[in-house]
Amino acid sequence: MAEHRRHACPGCGYVYDEAKGDAHEGFPPGTPWSAVPDDWPCPDCSVREKPDFKTLTE
Amino acid sequence: MSIQALNADGKMVSYTDRRRWLWALSLLWPALPIFSGLLASYTGNVSYFWGTLVVWYLIVPVIDHILPTDSSNPPEAVVPRLEDDRYYRVLTYLTVPVHYATLLYTAWVVGTGDLPWHAILGLALSVGVVNGLAINTGHEIGHKTTSTERWLAKVVLAVVGYGHFTVEHNRGHHKDVATPADPASSKMGENIYVFACREIPGAMRRAWASEKLRLSRAGKGPWTLENEVLQPLLITVPLYAALTLAFGWVMVPFLFLQAFWGWFGILTSANYIEHYGLLRQRRENGRYEPCQPRHSWNSNHIMSNLILFNLQRHSDHHANPTRRYQSLRAFENLPELPSGYPVMFMLALVPPLWFKVMDHRVMDWASGVFSRVNVHPAAQARLAARYDRAVDGGV
Repeated sequence: MAEHRRHACPGCGYVYDEAKGDAHEGFPPGTPWSAVPDDWPCPDCSVREKPDFKTLTE
Repeated sequence: MSIQALNADGKMVSYTDRRRWLWALSLLWPALPIFSGLLASYTGNVSYFWGTLVVWYLIVPVIDHILPTDSSNPPEAVVPRLEDDRYYRVLTYLTVPVHYATLLYTAWVVGTGDLPWHAILGLALSVGVVNGLAINTGHEIGHKTTSTERWLAKVVLAVVGYGHFTVEHNRGHHKDVATPADPASSKMGENIYVFACREIPGAMRRAWASEKLRLSRAGKGPWTLENEVLQPLLITVPLYAALTLAFGWVMVPFLFLQAFWGWFGILTSANYIEHYGLLRQRRENGRYEPCQPRHSWNSNHIMSNLILFNLQRHSDHHANPTRRYQSLRAFENLPELPSGYPVMFMLALVPPLWFKVMDHRVMDWASGVFSRVNVHPAAQARLAARYDRAVDGGV
């Protein structure tokens, strides 16, 4: 089974979890980070965009 | 009532919000047109219908300038507990029905009373001011991540027909703020009337495009009830139609004027003054630097901040948009407006005065480097001749 990773907004703490996706943003569960567009802003703060996100290691 | 918490050094810090109970006035501001309407009907003096405008454009500025400005902040250690205190957010929720009561009451007064045109005008502009505050409340709660608050934001924005605001503002303005592409950031040399013609349609287009894109990711078209631009219209359109049916055609100019003044007189004006001339620098990779506190104008005037849920502490808001109003901070060495929003709004309506007061402040902010300023293309040559030291052979 593919490993699901989590990616956090460095500004507000929002976390994009590949396993859960983000239904409101149009990313169904299992949507990999690579399928999220580069200009996608954090849905909670919009201050940071995808390239700013930090991949969580745990 | 004080809050205690351990700070990073393990010391107990205590904080008392001196404005805690004053925030409850938030429930009264939106009802001002009701109070002035009642005064007018008891005294028979229709000039009371202008009362809200006197409060907003005269009394609030006077109090702002009599009281010392307040740049105190809650200690960071207590902020989580301050944010969790439900009192503050419940106040924002409770203002929502007050906005509806004010619209219904004033529509009834206009529809059933035999009022002269100037009384209707005064009342419509008054409702415009407080419904501009509805957009401010929609702004405060529309930034929060709970579903209750996001839903209530749509409801309160619908009262003034500006339901597309949350989508436009959160995903559009906050992303593009202080860049030339942002229709909701004004440029040096751009007067408010030119700005409004860019901002109002630009905001609508950006909101629609943003929802269309979001829905398309889930394989849906824009014409769905999931479209958050359309959802609030399901309140606004039936509400305005029902008022027109109930109170006749006088509702058309009345509703138009109140919406116009809520949109232009408050929201466009706020967008106009909040980032005037300020520009984020583009990095070598083509992306703009993230929005910093230095990319917003601020004011620590007490009275206008109380009415506006601390919106004037705008730098912290843009750096940390999900932070709640009670914990927004003032910082030193930030771009400062010389007055609170009501005075700056009036100033903006007179472009030569606005430019005189603000353009040199923008240049100070840019340390005199003209290329660091967000400049209106039509005013570029004229302003460069005046301010660009690289052009006139100066330093």
